[in-house]
Amino acid sequence: MTEAAKKLPRIVIQEKLCKGCSICVDFCPTNVLEMRGPVVAVKNLEACTRCQLCDLRCPDFAIQVFD
Amino acid sequence: MSTAAAVKKPKISVPFDYSKYLRKGKLPHIWCPGCGHGIVLKSLLRAIEKSGLSKDDICMVSGIGCSSRTPGYVDFNTLHTLHGRALSYATGVKLAKPEMKVIVVTGDGDALAIGGNHFIHTCRRNIDMTILVYSNAIYGMTGGQFSPTTPSGSYSTTSRYGNIEPVFDCCELAKASGATFVARGTAYHVQELERIILESLKHKGTSVVEILDSCPVYYGRLNKMKSASQMMELIEKNGTVSVKQVDKLPPEKVQGKLLRGILHKEDRPEYCEEYQKLIDRVSGK
Ligand SMILES: Cc1ncc(C[n+]2csc(CCOP(=O)(O)OP(=O)(O)O)c2C)c(N)n1
Ligand code: SF4
Ligand code: SF4
Ligand code: SF4
Repeated sequence: MTEAAKKLPRIVIQEKLCKGCSICVDFCPTNVLEMRGPVVAVKNLEACTRCQLCDLRCPDFAIQVFD
Repeated sequence: MSTAAAVKKPKISVPFDYSKYLRKGKLPHIWCPGCGHGIVLKSLLRAIEKSGLSKDDICMVSGIGCSSRTPGYVDFNTLHTLHGRALSYATGVKLAKPEMKVIVVTGDGDALAIGGNHFIHTCRRNIDMTILVYSNAIYGMTGGQFSPTTPSGSYSTTSRYGNIEPVFDCCELAKASGATFVARGTAYHVQELERIILESLKHKGTSVVEILDSCPVYYGRLNKMKSASQMMELIEKNGTVSVKQVDKLPPEKVQGKLLRGILHKEDRPEYCEEYQKLIDRVSGK
């Protein structure tokens, strides 16, 4: 598969629920996320391996990764 | 517990859909940024999904504390009771409705300090229930006083010069008191925690799972830990070893660390069943 055709995951952040604890940012194995002001944001979607760890460790039901 | 439901293997969606187990309109929850209690709740909900239990089969009981707020968010039968007394209410529920899956969520203070007496006697009776002790080494709700799991030497609002008390080991206490399933997990090791809780739900008898999680606002701040992630790294990740690895590691890598995993499991007569036998015997059945 070419790079262009590679299907990217979809990371959905519910900003109303995110409390900005940074747990998902700090433990993402491939450094996909970053804090932008008080909430989390995606900085490098291409690097996401869909491992789900950000969702699993988010205390606030605020982030989800769809295939 | 309905055993028929326990064998059914539901298909689990990725990402996991928590909403079907949550009461509508209750989020955001009250827990502080980075508090481990939300992570534990999510592991529990995934374990419940895997167990095949239906929402109506479950009664969740709690005492008082930040951790004890959990039942307010979930769509099961729920009871939010008195500080330290969750296990007494849970015992009542289980005796009245032995078919109910009773899950108790309790803080380290709730379970082991004010509720310590109920804790040991519940374990001794081996009444069928799952007890999840959210062990954050502090009284979170009331402002960071030390609890029976606050490590010696560490700081709390009531041990400003370092805690001089030794700790209770929740798992050893449970085992010595007679609990027939005893395990420890952490909020960092989320998938392992989910598996441990699932096993605890399947067990018949008193199951105790101590879950190391963090209170960044009190324990973290008073003990100079900069963030929730740093606490998870230091206490949960680096402060524990899995029972599966402990024999393969050199002694220096194990020393001073808490064991994670299923630490004890045995079969022993369960209280409600023994009680039913007594009723049958006395009533001449
Ligand atoms: C009989 C009684 N004594 C004291 C209190 C005050 N109180 C409320 S929560 C709590 C401690 C909570 O700590 P813990 O159980 O460890 O839960 P956490 O808040 O850390 O999750 C105390 C002492 C109370 N509500 N009732
Ligand atoms: S799914 Fe994994 S790789 Fe992707 S953002 Fe989440 S933690 Fe990072
Ligand atoms: S872990 Fe959850 S609450 Fe914390 S920053 Fe990430 S999305 Fe926000
Ligand atoms: S005070 Fe501590 S235990 Fe309570 S919600 Fe805040 S972080 Fe969690």
